[in-house]
Amino acid sequence: MPEQPFPPEGAIAGAGPGGAMDLTASEAGTLERHPRDPGADGSPAPPPGPDAPDPAGGRPRSLWSDAWRDLRRNPVFVVSSLIILFLVLISLWPSAIAPGNPLACDLAKAQQGSGPGHPFGYDGQGCDVYTRTVYGARTSVAVGVLATLGVAVLGSVLGALAGFFGGPWDAVLSRVTDIFFAIPVVLGGLVLLSVVTSTSVWPVIGFIVLLGWPQISRIARGAVITAQQHDYVQAARALGASSPRVLLRHIAPNAVAPVIVVSTIALGTYIALEATLSYLGVGLKPPSVSWGIDISAASPYVRNAPHALLWPSGALAVTVLAFIMLGDAVRDALDPKLR
Amino acid sequence: MGRYVLRRLVQMVPVFAGATLLIFLMVNVMGDPVAGLCGDRQCDPATAARLRAEFGLDRPVWQQYLTYMGNVFTGDFGTAFNGQKVTELMATAFPVTLRLTIVAVLIEVVVGVTLGVVTGLRRGRPVDTGVLLLTLVVISVPTFVTGLLLQLLLGVEWGWIRPSVSSAAPFGELLLPGLVLASVSLAYVTRLTRTSIAENRRSDYVRTAVAKGLPRRRVVTRHLLRNSLIPVVTFIGADIGFLMGGAIVTERIFNIHGVGFQLYQGILRQNTQTVVGFVTVLVLVFLLCNLVVDLLYAVLDPRIRYA
Repeated sequence: MPEQPFPPEGAIAGAGPGGAMDLTASEAGTLERHPRDPGADGSPAPPPGPDAPDPAGGRPRSLWSDAWRDLRRNPVFVVSSLIILFLVLISLWPSAIAPGNPLACDLAKAQQGSGPGHPFGYDGQGCDVYTRTVYGARTSVAVGVLATLGVAVLGSVLGALAGFFGGPWDAVLSRVTDIFFAIPVVLGGLVLLSVVTSTSVWPVIGFIVLLGWPQISRIARGAVITAQQHDYVQAARALGASSPRVLLRHIAPNAVAPVIVVSTIALGTYIALEATLSYLGVGLKPPSVSWGIDISAASPYVRNAPHALLWPSGALAVTVLAFIMLGDAVRDALDPKLR
Repeated sequence: MGRYVLRRLVQMVPVFAGATLLIFLMVNVMGDPVAGLCGDRQCDPATAARLRAEFGLDRPVWQQYLTYMGNVFTGDFGTAFNGQKVTELMATAFPVTLRLTIVAVLIEVVVGVTLGVVTGLRRGRPVDTGVLLLTLVVISVPTFVTGLLLQLLLGVEWGWIRPSVSSAAPFGELLLPGLVLASVSLAYVTRLTRTSIAENRRSDYVRTAVAKGLPRRRVVTRHLLRNSLIPVVTFIGADIGFLMGGAIVTERIFNIHGVGFQLYQGILRQNTQTVVGFVTVLVLVFLLCNLVVDLLYAVLDPRIRYA
């Protein structure tokens, strides 16, 4: 366990005289710091006392600053975020590392192995596997990120409202959640997406949001119910705060951690789900470039040209692994029980 | 106990009705089933109208749903458009998928729980780290990739097994497909057991058991494992339903003619009766598994009593 730079006891003991002087010299100084202090976004201001921020520039230690401190030291987090950064960069500018056109194919070269300038060889249609693998990152990352955003927003709003207001609204939502849980995801995807003829990513994203929100709403509902029982919520209500204010300013900041954790892990599974649906022929459709499509197309002639299957599979596995590792690291950092 | 089961069964009714209605609506969105019946050609309007009246497709959706559910409860799942009874299709498909699911669950329980116990007792050691990394990799690689790769390696390159399963699908041929189907859940079972064991290892009753001189083996199997299995049982119970529904991918890779195969064909051919019938049974299986899991709690943890 590496030594923490600002342990609470150390701050009090070490910065004793200085801290006290700072407080007595100007209380306006501490007040002034608030507007540009990003830590003060929703959590109540720290009481001026012995553990007030020391003049060295330390902030009140919230769950978030603790988590960030943990994360920066976690090799799993560093590796996975580097991979994800790379994936995001090549989804934004794929031509930077793959100058070719993913749709330019030459049947004469079908199933050929690697050659100069084409390190991964050619697939069954004579397309360059390297270029297609690089371009495939874009759809996967886009589907993963957009679907997760949609699921997180829809799920946490519905879940938080159900947890906060309770009563019949909660009962209805819980039953609806049960219903969605009872339907196998791949099956729902096959049924719903088999009618879609659009080749864009939106139907797939819409479907994932449709079947994914109950998971997050269940988590958000539980987190809101837990946060609601705390004393500071009672105090806020006693002070006459309105329901929206209590929910947004007091409960939401304290209930958002589990939603973030589950969403990050879900992001990886959504990428895998998109590839699975594309593999089954109902997700993305050509001319979209997707790892799922390429794996599906390569599987019939896998004996002759295994490279056309292996490269997109490897890329897909590394991508999903990176997001799931990130989720794992974030969970370890945000879950105080595991400390 | 009896009253608890009864209450749970009553609670299942709205969920069952909602899930089947949802699937019914989805399938309705899927397109005109009569058009699917005519194949690629355009239907003759008079024929189409007659077929619609024959199958009751000219009535509003809610009426169709009620009629359908009424028939289901008398054991009539309708007729696929090729004239075969849906129940006949089920009779050939469900045993195959059931065998596949049994293989998968057995692998999950035996391998997953064993690995979980071993790693949970050796937390932080190299074995633990290695297995943990391995589970992360297994979770990350989508099932269809695992399936295709194992089929390529074991079936084609090394020739250990037959790459595709015969239509009889005996247990022996389902070992590899079962492993593929179980792979992701296997990783989750391992991690769940590991966490649970590591948590309970420090509990009072384990210390008491050790203090009174019980052999280590007995402490682990009787005291530690039994109490640590509750979250694992929950997971496996919910998983049985998912495995049967999720077998579409595995069955497609290994060419197994089970539920997933029939569903896939049904969806491709817009065979609504087949799709709705199979999904209805799958939802029922899922709900019943969850009920059985809740009842198993009482067996594992005597403190839980159902009034």
